[in-house]
Amino acid sequence: MATTPTSSPLHDVRDGDPMLARPFQIRRTRKDTYDTVSLQLKPPDGDDGFPFEPGQFNMLYAYGVGEVPISISGNPAKNDSLVHTIRAVGAATRALTSLKVGDSVGVRGPFGKGWPVEAVAGNDVVVITGGIGLAPLRPAIYQLLAHREEYGKVVLLYGARTPEDILFRRNLEKWRSRFDIETALTVDRAARSWKGNVGVVTQLIPRAVFDPLHCVAFVCGPEIMMRFTVMELIKRGVAENNIFVSMERNMKCGIGLCGHCQLGSSFVCKDGPVYCYEDVRDSFRKREM
Amino acid sequence: MTKRQENIAVLESEGLGYLVQALIDKGYEVLGPRIKDGAVTYDQIETVRDLPIGWTDRQEPGSYRLVKSGKKTYFDYAVGPHSWKKYLHPPETRLWEARRDEQGFTVIEPERETAKKALLGVRPCELQALAIQDTVFTGGPYLAPGYQERRSNLFIVAVNCVRPGGTCFCASMKTGPKATSGFDLALTEILESGRHYFVVEVGSASGEELLSDLPTKVADDAEKEAAAKAMERATAKMGRELDTKGIRELLYKCFDDPHWQTVADRCFSCGNCTMVCPTCFCVNVEDGTDLSGQQAERWSRWDSCFTRDFSYIHGGSIRFTVKARYRQWMTHKLAYWLDQFGTLGCVGCGRCITWCPAGIDITEEVRALRDKEQSEKVQSV
Ligand SMILES: Cc1cc2nc3c(=O)[nH]c(=O)nc-3n(C[C@H](O)[C@H](O)[C@H](O)COP(=O)(O)OP(=O)(O)OC[C@H]3O[C@@H](n4cnc5c(N)ncnc54)[C@H](O)[C@@H]3O)c2cc1C
Ligand code: SF4
Ligand code: SF4
Ligand code: FES
Repeated sequence: MATTPTSSPLHDVRDGDPMLARPFQIRRTRKDTYDTVSLQLKPPDGDDGFPFEPGQFNMLYAYGVGEVPISISGNPAKNDSLVHTIRAVGAATRALTSLKVGDSVGVRGPFGKGWPVEAVAGNDVVVITGGIGLAPLRPAIYQLLAHREEYGKVVLLYGARTPEDILFRRNLEKWRSRFDIETALTVDRAARSWKGNVGVVTQLIPRAVFDPLHCVAFVCGPEIMMRFTVMELIKRGVAENNIFVSMERNMKCGIGLCGHCQLGSSFVCKDGPVYCYEDVRDSFRKREM
Repeated sequence: MTKRQENIAVLESEGLGYLVQALIDKGYEVLGPRIKDGAVTYDQIETVRDLPIGWTDRQEPGSYRLVKSGKKTYFDYAVGPHSWKKYLHPPETRLWEARRDEQGFTVIEPERETAKKALLGVRPCELQALAIQDTVFTGGPYLAPGYQERRSNLFIVAVNCVRPGGTCFCASMKTGPKATSGFDLALTEILESGRHYFVVEVGSASGEELLSDLPTKVADDAEKEAAAKAMERATAKMGRELDTKGIRELLYKCFDDPHWQTVADRCFSCGNCTMVCPTCFCVNVEDGTDLSGQQAERWSRWDSCFTRDFSYIHGGSIRFTVKARYRQWMTHKLAYWLDQFGTLGCVGCGRCITWCPAGIDITEEVRALRDKEQSEKVQSV
């Protein structure tokens, strides 16, 4: 079953100037970890919400500092709250994560093709993420659980560097208490007080319960993590065209015009960021593509 | 108005002044070849005296020199370091401004440029470059802001190449030396047996209309023959070629070829080739504020895939070696481009060869890859 991720022009910014940022006010902020903050944004008055697909991203502009691609991490069924989860790693992300309630953030989007959540109904779904990669997958998990009866087994495998890096603890607790989603967590390293798994996320794959022949995997994390995850999945018998990955490249426009995000023949901003693994296999094997 | 026979006319050389004036009278800003800093560049033209009369150029890999020809010709040069993309896809554009206010900030849309421009002396390969950039900027899903407005206000006077430049290879790219479409008027400059004139082809209704104001006559067989012969000679004189047969597959196959390293050993990664290329479209998007922080701006500026920053993501650049960057540039031009936009990204203008300080020649590099591929095939038989 090869499904190419699709995106419908839900929130069509194509008619206006696609480079114009629209200021959205911050309604709420939440400190997820020591270096990661979620911003809940309120669309400008008169806008009827912000429809998006799980896996799509926005270009977020911190006034005067810069603009960077950030995935939407909120619930796609809730149009009135646009949530992004941002890890501070450099100038723009530091500026974005230091903003306060009431401040404005420039928004362009939503851009790109997301996870084919609807298209894979009927299958087991295995979600495997590392680090901040859980943010772009949370909307997909929300959507899977909202239509739980349409899927077989649903499995979430999540790896963080340390217990302090674990995102969305409240979500995770809720999901772990449900019987219709298997949630497994691991950290790369931890103090002795940590009672959970220690090790890389790929170690969770052999133990997870799913039917490799009727299963679709959504994978997001650092490229090296994705490479090993895909290898493990293939080892378990998951077909390459049932594995979806979200790719990361430098992005300056989000709309296919600046050239920065090119990955071989494709533009990650418009042909991705979510790809069927089969279509980007080369870039995992070839260096510096 | 009677239909011109086969739309081919003759304009005596003195008539070129009328053409420039007619464009100015119609409200066009006329842009054309002018000598500046020792090269033929594109700039505003007020009279035909601004054109590089009596100049020609000597171009080789890594070298460009203007020389006096002693002739009265206007267009006896080949393309220089400028390309028309500087008018349609400017080196820098302010995308918008923003002002701080109580709500945070307000974004102010830029004013769109609506000036009518006439491009005089567009070479056939440059017409193809324009067509390629049209696809890039208007092929969707998103339109490049302002591009269509600039593009639709153009009048294009093409000039066929009777003398290919030293690094040209348009014939093998099937983009020249004769213009076939994409112009309003196309001129072939003939200077033979003391007579100096232009054979003029009409490519559009506005071309037809402009021509009707000029002192032209219908071209006779001898004049048409002279133009056709000039084109044949130009094709025959083309010193370079790039064999495009199976080029995409060749480059995909050669991704890991050690030959890229031998190019990288010579390449300075200066990005000249991308700046002079008429099809390269990549830009950087830069944000900043004034000193008070009350006003912010966003600019788009030409960028080059030869910089390390181009592919930077947190943790390091994707293409951190020169080898990977040169390979990306050439593979984009000759392979990825076909997948992305349905044409090659190279028109054979030769600029990247002339303006490369290392004299790296894209046609030679393709040949080298092809030869290696061939000899490997032979060995494995
Ligand atoms: C499709 C997509 C979705 C993303 N979603 C999220 C998310 O949900 N949460 C999150 O915290 N991060 C996300 N990122 C990564 C985020 O965009 C980078 O961390 C951010 O660009 C770094 O910018 P900076 O100015 O803070 O860092 P600096 O290191 O100062 O970066 C300088 C410039 O390099 C570029 N750059 C640096 N790192 C990256 C990167 N990883 N990806 C793309 N461009 C980069 C940017 O253009 C940036 O302006 C996503 C990236 C992509 C491509
Ligand atoms: S790649 Fe070189 S020869 Fe080809 S269009 Fe660009 S500058 Fe001209
Ligand atoms: S190929 Fe030549 S012009 Fe291009 S980056 Fe290398 S040295 Fe500069
Ligand atoms: S981000 Fe500009 S082309 Fe993709």
